[in-house]
Amino acid sequence: MLECHEAEGFFGAGMTGPPLIEASGIVKRFGSLLANDVAHVEVRPGEVLALLGENGAGKSTLAKILYGYTTADAGDIRVRGERVEISSPRQARALGIGMVFQNFTLIPALSVLENVALFQQDLPAVPRRRDILERIASHAERFHLAVDPRQPVRQLAVGDQQKVEILKQIVGGVRVLILDEPTKVLAPQEAEGLFATIAQLRAEGFGVVLITHKLREVFRCADRIAVMRQGRIAGLLDRREASEERLLALMFGEALVAPARRPRRPVGDGPTDALVLDGVSTSGGGGATALHNLSIRIRAGEIVGFAGVSGNGQRELGELVMGLRRPHAGTKRLWGVDASRWSVATVRDRGVAAIPDDPLALACVPGLTVRQNLALGTGRRYRAGLGVDWQELDGAMRRSFARLAFPLPNFNAPAATLSGGNLQRVVLARELAHAPKLIVALYPTRGLDARSAMTVRALLDEARDSGAAVLIISEDLDELFAVSDRLLVLHRGAITGEFGPAEFRAEAVGPLMVGAGASADAA
Amino acid sequence: MPRSAATIRRVETALAAASRFALVTLVALGAFAALLTAAGKDPLKAYVDTVLYVFGNAYGFSELLVRMIPLLLTAVAVALPSRMGLINVGGEGQLYMGAWLATAGALGFSDQPAVVLLPVLTVLGFVGGGLWALIAGLLRALRLVNETISTLLLNYVAPMIVGFFIFGPWRSPESASYPQSPAFVDAARLPGFLHTRVNAGLVYALVCLVLYRLLMTRTRWGLEMQAIGGNPEAARQLGIPLFRYILAVMFAAGGVAGIAGMVEVTAIQGRLVSELSPGYGFIGFLVSWLARGGAGGIVVMSFLFAVISSIGDILQITQGLPFAVVDILMAVVLFIVLGRRPAGRAR
Repeated sequence: MLECHEAEGFFGAGMTGPPLIEASGIVKRFGSLLANDVAHVEVRPGEVLALLGENGAGKSTLAKILYGYTTADAGDIRVRGERVEISSPRQARALGIGMVFQNFTLIPALSVLENVALFQQDLPAVPRRRDILERIASHAERFHLAVDPRQPVRQLAVGDQQKVEILKQIVGGVRVLILDEPTKVLAPQEAEGLFATIAQLRAEGFGVVLITHKLREVFRCADRIAVMRQGRIAGLLDRREASEERLLALMFGEALVAPARRPRRPVGDGPTDALVLDGVSTSGGGGATALHNLSIRIRAGEIVGFAGVSGNGQRELGELVMGLRRPHAGTKRLWGVDASRWSVATVRDRGVAAIPDDPLALACVPGLTVRQNLALGTGRRYRAGLGVDWQELDGAMRRSFARLAFPLPNFNAPAATLSGGNLQRVVLARELAHAPKLIVALYPTRGLDARSAMTVRALLDEARDSGAAVLIISEDLDELFAVSDRLLVLHRGAITGEFGPAEFRAEAVGPLMVGAGASADAA
Repeated sequence: MPRSAATIRRVETALAAASRFALVTLVALGAFAALLTAAGKDPLKAYVDTVLYVFGNAYGFSELLVRMIPLLLTAVAVALPSRMGLINVGGEGQLYMGAWLATAGALGFSDQPAVVLLPVLTVLGFVGGGLWALIAGLLRALRLVNETISTLLLNYVAPMIVGFFIFGPWRSPESASYPQSPAFVDAARLPGFLHTRVNAGLVYALVCLVLYRLLMTRTRWGLEMQAIGGNPEAARQLGIPLFRYILAVMFAAGGVAGIAGMVEVTAIQGRLVSELSPGYGFIGFLVSWLARGGAGGIVVMSFLFAVISSIGDILQITQGLPFAVVDILMAVVLFIVLGRRPAGRAR
């Protein structure tokens, strides 16, 4: 395994010279929200600066200001000691500042070569392919970014697309590279490759800004750590003086202690099967991943995790269980009954609840009030004549909020006025109000801060202990290891592995996420 | 507390709607006046004449109400699907098909008494318009053709079907030179009020408006329709049957427009004619759009457009301008409405 800091030499941390970029007194407001109030931050040559913080802490905003994607309301930016005005990404790149966004900005139909060429500042009117190919080749080798330059980008895996993003920046002469949550889309061993690239960049005197909310990555890569909270830099630490407790305390303003996990209850053959998939296949099409011959058994009282790199059939699996997608081969059974042809409404009526990753897009109607949203998808439970028994609904939902210890929102407020976290709570309160017997949770903590994520995990635990079956799909292996009683790996729509708690190790699970042990050697 | 806040909000929206209405009217009338002046006509006289004609005597006002009937109905036919995000531009075609099927009933069951015949014709008018809209609904539900396109194109087909029948099988023997169906029997004539042309169609229109309002505000169907309109993906994931809703709502909407057609042939024309509607379906679309799908707003906007078409009558009579000049006034109204609309928003 490569270690970021093996090249501690002439170009190592603490290299002298003016900072590649420094920002002082940056203030940015979105309406009444103070997104950034940053006193001072700088990136020196040959160092990796981690911007650590929860979602909404202002990391991305700060990065976008440095890259000229958004302009600050006030503040001062200096590049190599000189004061500059960065009002567009183009200017930023001319000054040697590049950024890789969470959503890539490549053109899928063009080849790697063309994508890289498009990004060059000095691209002549008639580009010479050979020149660009040579530049790509020399950089690709040095920085562990090997990709076939002739391949169209749309044929590349996500990890390779990220390599092209980085490559085009470096070939384009960027000296400061901002990476916005780069490991989010990567399997563990792909992340190792990225860390190797970062190590080489650092060794060659580049400045790297790594935006993340994962402590592990910070300890792995960073020279200095800027912890952000509520738009401010809550603390700036050298890696040597940083500890997990200190970073967490800075991130949350108080010590955040994970509740002790309840002991896993071994589930024997005794309990009933909640969900059984017997050789189920679905057709792809429309950008969906086809599921191949899935045979899965989930029993009452267990949490089964599904690991996999995004886009390998996780969403389709969730849709299959909920009845949004029908199997074209095999059968789906819920509590022993063939449910292959059940509608979503029937599936929900029989006690299946869904916790989606993006409540605003997938489980709420922003224009309706909270109360109306709570009534959606509740089936026959609150019917009164042609209408809805709002009083009974109110009562049941109030009880659900109370049981989950969530603050009660204003039921008359339009859902659109609620924050993402509060909306997620509304969805959770609705979905868990009727003691579901099977919970399908797709990336249930994506977009939640650590505290809310912990609450959600505890809720799933509780549901499990009261006899519900839980199917949880996530990209975050740490999360899956923490909550699952059993772990299955999905790759290209098929199950490629099954693990018990004793085998929960990234080295074991990771290779299967990208297709058997094929790339295990690369890690 | 929340009740009084809701009341205040309701008053605020009503005030906003009223000022919107006044603004649209003033700007449109102003622009139209400038145009009339440029054409050497006297806009002030036209407006004063209109006010005197419409509000000065009972007959003028009754004609205004007659004009409002098809506008109210076709506006509901647009408003209903719009609440679930469907754009029905096909009120005109649905009106024709409602009239067509009602005519088939009037000619086929002419021996029945009015108590039997009129309800049957009403149902036939509804079914005729409903099935016509259902074509577009089905194409949309199967994800084949967008309902905006199909309803619009079907508008051009329906008058041809009507044309085929009045030139062919239903052609009246008495008026060989003029294509129209035979006159309906008296039992097939929708009764009027107080010897005016105001007819029971007004009752149909008001009932449809009230039902529409109750559906949207009081029933879970209305709630689920709003959920589909607000976020179709969430609605699908929560198990709301989109397919069935699209079919049912398009059928009901077309049916309401079909009733407008049934009222035109049974109350106003007394027979099926080729130029049945001077574009009621399209004006109904404008009305619903301007009213943002609200039941009260539909009444107000239908009134405005009925007045505008009265202006057309007056100009025709007193200043010798063709009736078609009101199309300019309607176009001005449409431009103002579209111009006010912020870019990138559907409504």
